[in-house]
Amino acid sequence: MFKIVNREEMAQGTIVLNEIEAPRIARKAKPGQFVILQANEKGERIPLTMADVDPEKGTITIIYMIVGKSTSLFGKMQVGEEYFAVIGPLGKATHIEKRGKVVCVGGGTGIAVLHPITRGLKEAGNEVITILGSRNKDLLILEDKMSKVSDTLHICTDDGSRGHHGFVTDVLKDVLEKEDIRLVVAIGPVPMMKFVSKITKEKGVETLVSLNPIMVDGTGMCGGCRVSVGGKTQFACVDGPEFDGHEVDYDELSKRLQAYHEDEKISMDQCRQNL
Amino acid sequence: MVEKKVKKEQVPRAKMPEQAPDVRNKNFMEVPLGLTPEMARTEASRCLQCKNPACVDGCPVSVDIPGFINKIAEGDFEGAAKKLWERNALPAICGRVCPQEIQCEGRCIIGKKGSSVAIGYLERFAADYAREKGSVELPGVAEKTGKKVAIIGSGPSGLTVAGDLVVKGHDVTIFEAFHQTGGVLVYGIPEFRLPKEIVASEVSTLEKLGVKIETNSVVGATVTIDELFQEGYDAVYVGVGAGLPRFMNLPGENLIGVFSANEYLTRTNLMKAYRFPEYDTPVARGKNVVVLGAGNVAMDAARTAMRLGAESVKVVYRRSRAEMPARAEELHHAEEEGIEFILLTNPVQFFGDEKGRLCGMECLKMELGEPDASGRRRPVAIQGSEYTIECDLVVVSVGAQPNPLLTNATPEISLNRWGNIVAHPVTGKTTKKGVWAGGDIVTGMATVILAMGAGREAANSIHDYLSIGW
Repeated sequence: MFKIVNREEMAQGTIVLNEIEAPRIARKAKPGQFVILQANEKGERIPLTMADVDPEKGTITIIYMIVGKSTSLFGKMQVGEEYFAVIGPLGKATHIEKRGKVVCVGGGTGIAVLHPITRGLKEAGNEVITILGSRNKDLLILEDKMSKVSDTLHICTDDGSRGHHGFVTDVLKDVLEKEDIRLVVAIGPVPMMKFVSKITKEKGVETLVSLNPIMVDGTGMCGGCRVSVGGKTQFACVDGPEFDGHEVDYDELSKRLQAYHEDEKISMDQCRQNL
Repeated sequence: MVEKKVKKEQVPRAKMPEQAPDVRNKNFMEVPLGLTPEMARTEASRCLQCKNPACVDGCPVSVDIPGFINKIAEGDFEGAAKKLWERNALPAICGRVCPQEIQCEGRCIIGKKGSSVAIGYLERFAADYAREKGSVELPGVAEKTGKKVAIIGSGPSGLTVAGDLVVKGHDVTIFEAFHQTGGVLVYGIPEFRLPKEIVASEVSTLEKLGVKIETNSVVGATVTIDELFQEGYDAVYVGVGAGLPRFMNLPGENLIGVFSANEYLTRTNLMKAYRFPEYDTPVARGKNVVVLGAGNVAMDAARTAMRLGAESVKVVYRRSRAEMPARAEELHHAEEEGIEFILLTNPVQFFGDEKGRLCGMECLKMELGEPDASGRRRPVAIQGSEYTIECDLVVVSVGAQPNPLLTNATPEISLNRWGNIVAHPVTGKTTKKGVWAGGDIVTGMATVILAMGAGREAANSIHDYLSIGW
């Protein structure tokens, strides 16, 4: 079960792609949904939104940045090795329909999550303008794939090594000035989603964001993933992971993501010693 | 006869050997150590062997209580375990977690004048004896019927249905959302109250009988009930428990440090965070811990917090001692371990620091007014009695509600207005043909044994359906 059939490294080995055998999940998964993965019996349950699914082959694809012990364990596994557990598809699927002109904004590994949604929007007949951001040109992922499903593609890097020298929000502002945009989908680091939503709120453009808070079960049972949306508590696992970007309390989300900061350091140090 | 009766009453009720409170509140090992064979035989000899045993009427699965106790009295401990297994597939678990004082022991005749027979201790003794010996033969399995049954959820009711139907010759598969089998027995009830090795052993017995288990399967997401029927299942039993935690909707409830009991216990028990960093999942270790609520789950959370190194643990409850819903033994154990009960007190809001971490909780004192719908006196706030409790960890344990994940995907199953599945009170039949339900998803949060009782009835009804028809 849950055997890795394909593994690729991206962004100088900091980001890893795994294609995993999970036929039941692959048969049901829709863009925007996530899975929970566990490397081994002692491992933590980690939620990751799927980057792709192949129902015929019976596989799902995840793309993750190596940031802590769990993603280090994931990253070490080679083709032929198996995940201890993969559970899904969880969460609500993205509501995809023809809206007209849409903008897809992606940052970091959020681009991996954005890809199937962008493809869906394109296939539904939308004109898709995509804006991708990364710290530098070497950390940018899936440019080719995103290019294929976009009518226009803008690249931004923090250091100016590719495309626009600056943030995705600079380009977004420009696009919103010039075009009649009906929907913005923004997936990436919390600050990116926060500032994209701030701009689109001022312009009154509907905005979807996909959140990735800390979870345990992913089925609504623990409530660890609660986020404030429009002043109400929502569970990202069952009410999301996508929400109205204008209503999310990003500051609370950022803080809650730090809940286990100290423990994560202990785990990571222990992991480094064992390597 | 009269003389014999008097003699029995003179033998005092067995006292369960336990780890000392100031030792056990620092470890996760089981608190009661179990009766010795001598103690068990003496205790068993206290039973009057009533002709019309009231204790059996008090048992949701009608265990032959005088029967198994008599075997213990005779020294035939394996025979006692066998007697238990006739009616109860999980005796080692029930002996530990049943609220005996309101069930079997509550009806015991000698309990009317003195102390009831310690039926729970004896059940546990016989089941443990047989398990440790590894000697009890499996019950016989009937000839294969060729009928397939899917059981959704591997908690106490699902395990009961699985056991009952597999011995009747049906092909049984359990679907479990987590990576481990046992439901609330593994994610909820802590190791110190129910060692996970015991759950694993009971599950392994079912597997030896032929029950198949598919973990990592969230029915409603990974596969739907209709798809299970398409795959050839003839009947489905839904025993998915009371899944969603209830919060109190108070200001500050999303601060870091406020947890649902589900999350706190799942991290600690299922994910073994008490052994972090050997296991990867962490859990917040509070210095000053407050648990809101006073049921068994609240006691489990409070006692867990103590074992995770808390300096103080307070159970804050809005009613009085008499209304605390936890088993008497849990309340007693919690107090022995140094947990304070702050009664007639209700939280108002939580305070946090600049990093969004909890640092205190404002409370209001309450007094008891007129009885409410539950028959318990309604707590009423005393105006102007606000005060603050310093705390860095709050576990909200005020109940759970049904998880809509499965029922949203199966609209033909009717729900009541709280989202619980509507099931026939005896058979457990739902409004969808071929689908039964039982346990907390039907009743709301209740006990292991009531879920097992519902499972037993549903298993009988499923067997009738597979043999005769809906």
